Amino acid sequence: MSKTIETLDDVVIRFAGDSGDGMQLTGTQFTNTTALVGNDLSTLPDYPAEIRAPAGTLFGVSSFQLHFSSWDILTPGDHPDVLVAMNPAALKVHLKDLKKGGVIVANIDSFDDKNLGLAGFEANPLKDDSLASYQVIEVPITKLTLNALQGSGLSQKEMVRCKNFFALGLMYWMYSRPLEPTEEWIKQKFGKEPPIADANGKALKAGYYYGESTEAFGARFEVKPAQLKPGLYRNITGNEAVALGVVAAAQKAKIPLYYASYPITPASEILHNLSGYKNYNVKTYQAEDEIAAAGAAVGAAYAGNLAVTGTSGPGAALKSETISLAIMLELPLVIVDVQRGGPSTGLPTKTEQSDLMFVIYGRHGEAPAVVIAASTPADCFHMAFEAARLAVKYMTPVYLLTDGYLGNGSEPWLVPAAKDLPEIPVHFRTDPENFHPYARNENNVRPWALPGTPGLEHRIGGLEKANITGNVSYDPDNHDFMVHLRAEKVKGIEKDIPLQEVYGEQSGDLLVVSWGGTFGSVRSTVERMRKNGYKISHAHLRYLNPFPRNLGDVLKKFKTIFVPEINLGQLAKLLKAEFFVPVVQFNKVRGLPIRSAELEQAIKDALGGVK
Amino acid sequence: MAASNGNGETQTKKYTAKDFASDQDVRWCPGCGDYSILAQVQRILPELDTPKEKHVFISGIGCSSRFPYYMNAYGVHGIHGRAPAIASGVKTANPDLTVWVASGDGDALSIGGNHLIHSLRRNIGLKILMFNNRIYGLTKGQYSPTSELGKKTKSTPFGTIDYPFNPVQIALGAEGTFVARCLDRDPKHLQQVLLRAARHKGTAFIEIYQNCNVFNDGAFLLLTEKDTKPDNVLYLEHAKPLVFGKENDKGVRVNGFKPEIVSLKDGKYTVSDLLVYDETSFEMATVLATFSDRAGFPTPIGVFFQTERKSYEEMMTEQIQAVTKKRGEGDLDKLLKSGNTWVVSAN
Repeated sequence: MSKTIETLDDVVIRFAGDSGDGMQLTGTQFTNTTALVGNDLSTLPDYPAEIRAPAGTLFGVSSFQLHFSSWDILTPGDHPDVLVAMNPAALKVHLKDLKKGGVIVANIDSFDDKNLGLAGFEANPLKDDSLASYQVIEVPITKLTLNALQGSGLSQKEMVRCKNFFALGLMYWMYSRPLEPTEEWIKQKFGKEPPIADANGKALKAGYYYGESTEAFGARFEVKPAQLKPGLYRNITGNEAVALGVVAAAQKAKIPLYYASYPITPASEILHNLSGYKNYNVKTYQAEDEIAAAGAAVGAAYAGNLAVTGTSGPGAALKSETISLAIMLELPLVIVDVQRGGPSTGLPTKTEQSDLMFVIYGRHGEAPAVVIAASTPADCFHMAFEAARLAVKYMTPVYLLTDGYLGNGSEPWLVPAAKDLPEIPVHFRTDPENFHPYARNENNVRPWALPGTPGLEHRIGGLEKANITGNVSYDPDNHDFMVHLRAEKVKGIEKDIPLQEVYGEQSGDLLVVSWGGTFGSVRSTVERMRKNGYKISHAHLRYLNPFPRNLGDVLKKFKTIFVPEINLGQLAKLLKAEFFVPVVQFNKVRGLPIRSAELEQAIKDALGGVK
Repeated sequence: MAASNGNGETQTKKYTAKDFASDQDVRWCPGCGDYSILAQVQRILPELDTPKEKHVFISGIGCSSRFPYYMNAYGVHGIHGRAPAIASGVKTANPDLTVWVASGDGDALSIGGNHLIHSLRRNIGLKILMFNNRIYGLTKGQYSPTSELGKKTKSTPFGTIDYPFNPVQIALGAEGTFVARCLDRDPKHLQQVLLRAARHKGTAFIEIYQNCNVFNDGAFLLLTEKDTKPDNVLYLEHAKPLVFGKENDKGVRVNGFKPEIVSLKDGKYTVSDLLVYDETSFEMATVLATFSDRAGFPTPIGVFFQTERKSYEEMMTEQIQAVTKKRGEGDLDKLLKSGNTWVVSAN
């Protein structure tokens, strides 16, 4: 009997279970299918740093949140509508986020005394009234999976491992998604192990049919496709987008791409992706450490490649000295910092914006580097491309800041045609006539002269250079001149970057100024508040050093500058120092995206109750 | 005059040593062993048939690391310890270049130890010249990782309590495919080894004993002075018995695993009893590498070990070619449109 289907504008689902339960896979499958259905979406994977934390424990819980809709959305959502809890620990950890009245799909087979104890429940919450304000749907997921797989020839353990596909199938039924994309994926992924492929496919279908045939579910839902701009889309994470962005830039610059990196969470996927693109004139080099990765990148830049090194905070600290060298050598270099929670090892799998000051100032000496930041997972493509363009054009290191949320989170991306991407002009010096390694063009940029070019033999190095000749110079006035010149060169890039845009009125009482991965939560909050009559505006920065040249003017047109950040106020400090404007800060450093509701309250407080 | 370099490229000019000297004044202390090393490198480069512009010298920090400034070739004076890392980037980005690393015992073994062992392990085509003077010179006289135990220096007024390590053993342990030791004061021998290193595929490592006449003068005196050298230096020559001594009166034999110094004078042993050196034998190299640390044993000079192994950059190129052959030259549009895609049509 098919049930009535209720139409929703948007839904937030969170899958949660043990880190061995396959929640990331389940979430990714739901995401891919949802993208194919044509919804807009935004995802938030959240997983522990331990690969397989002890089963059933609170710290071992892994989750994947997905927000999908029939309209343009910007965030993975504050509060899930549905929580799929594969065990008591998952329920315990995530219940506090669930919307009041939200749905809990609980795998009751895992709610035994042992797991309840591990999760710290004194009594089974499914048996008392502690969940009275939610709709609880109890499903014996493990048992039903085992039943469905009787006679599959798999061991009990192998059968139990298929239970995430049962849960996925059930959610597919609930939200009217097709099974085919996942069935196809299972075939490809487990093609070499037909019994496993078969079992996962069966579990998926069993979950779907369970929804259809049982009375446990009051309703079924659908979310109509979003009205996205026409074109070809793909679902993309920030790390994938960075990889594609630098490949595209190298192709448009017609030079090889060289990516040197040392594995680090949450940046390693960039290396994984690029190492598969060998037929795109891409070389990848997994170095012995972060310093060596930066060093090899500098060497590759010297030899004429588009050199990129990727890392996260601790690695950025290690690369710092080498980046200073690249600044002295005036070689193009892109450094991607996928920020994570710090200090030290901090929260390796969580997001944060706390490296801003570090990448702007965290080098010895007066060592200016360009710093730009991506605002959404798909924007990582454009900003990676932009980082490469600036590095090559200005012979300078460029830091691209993303973060754990952008790196792992995903959204639909309107794929650009290669021919629509701008060319990146590269000129290698070949003419020995009047060649000087530190002669400069109108932008104060020195020539890129590659080893192997006859007649241009020259030496560069970390010692201070005499301008023009590049010879070692200890002359005090020359040093002063060069320190200023390097700073001016980077500052001058402001002429080559877009002006700062403001969403909403161009002047008024309050301007929210944000940067990096908080774009989605900030823009959607401002949008919603504006709809509710609040006269507030939003400026989201993608260029942090130098700032857009009109930024000072933009800020001065508002009475209050409100700066929300996932740090203790690093952009706020920069704005105060640079533009002498008073700033109201909002700082939550939880390793997670800013919650829209909290942000809204803080903005209201800053407005002092005035609309 | 034209000469071919074996890669089908033609060198249009026959160079002399002078062609490789830059216009910069050399600023090492007068009497420093570095002068000899610089001169020998400049002397052998014309023999190589490699165009001048294809030589790149990369260095770290320290006295030795000023080397690139004095070479009329391409060069990068890098940062402390990181020369092998930078050089690895240069060589893998453009395998056509001949990439040299000039480094010292502090630079290569202390702050840069990690990069040194990993470039050796990968067998990247770098020619690493490690000037070993057993002291920190540029920072004015602290002990180094090769300073002998108990040495009194600026930072160890009561003597070091650090055991030194042996660069040749490190290079062998790190899978080096060309491992040698030379003396700054034996220029002819140094030239021969430099030439062999330059022609070696993969990483070539040469430890060069170099006298710092300001902070550690005479560190290698026993090995370089006319009257003491013959009894203290053992020249390693491939396929030749290990003979040394003023009158070629001493030799090395092995008793089981144990090496022994024997006299050829007392009639007990003759040259035919001695170990015949085989530089392709890793086992022999590892035993000979210990000699410099053993009391009563001569210090071996020469090529300890050489073997042929594919270089990193060769394998990198081959892998790229194989993937490109299989998948075809990358098409950016195809890459951007790969993965999980769908079309939103206008309506």
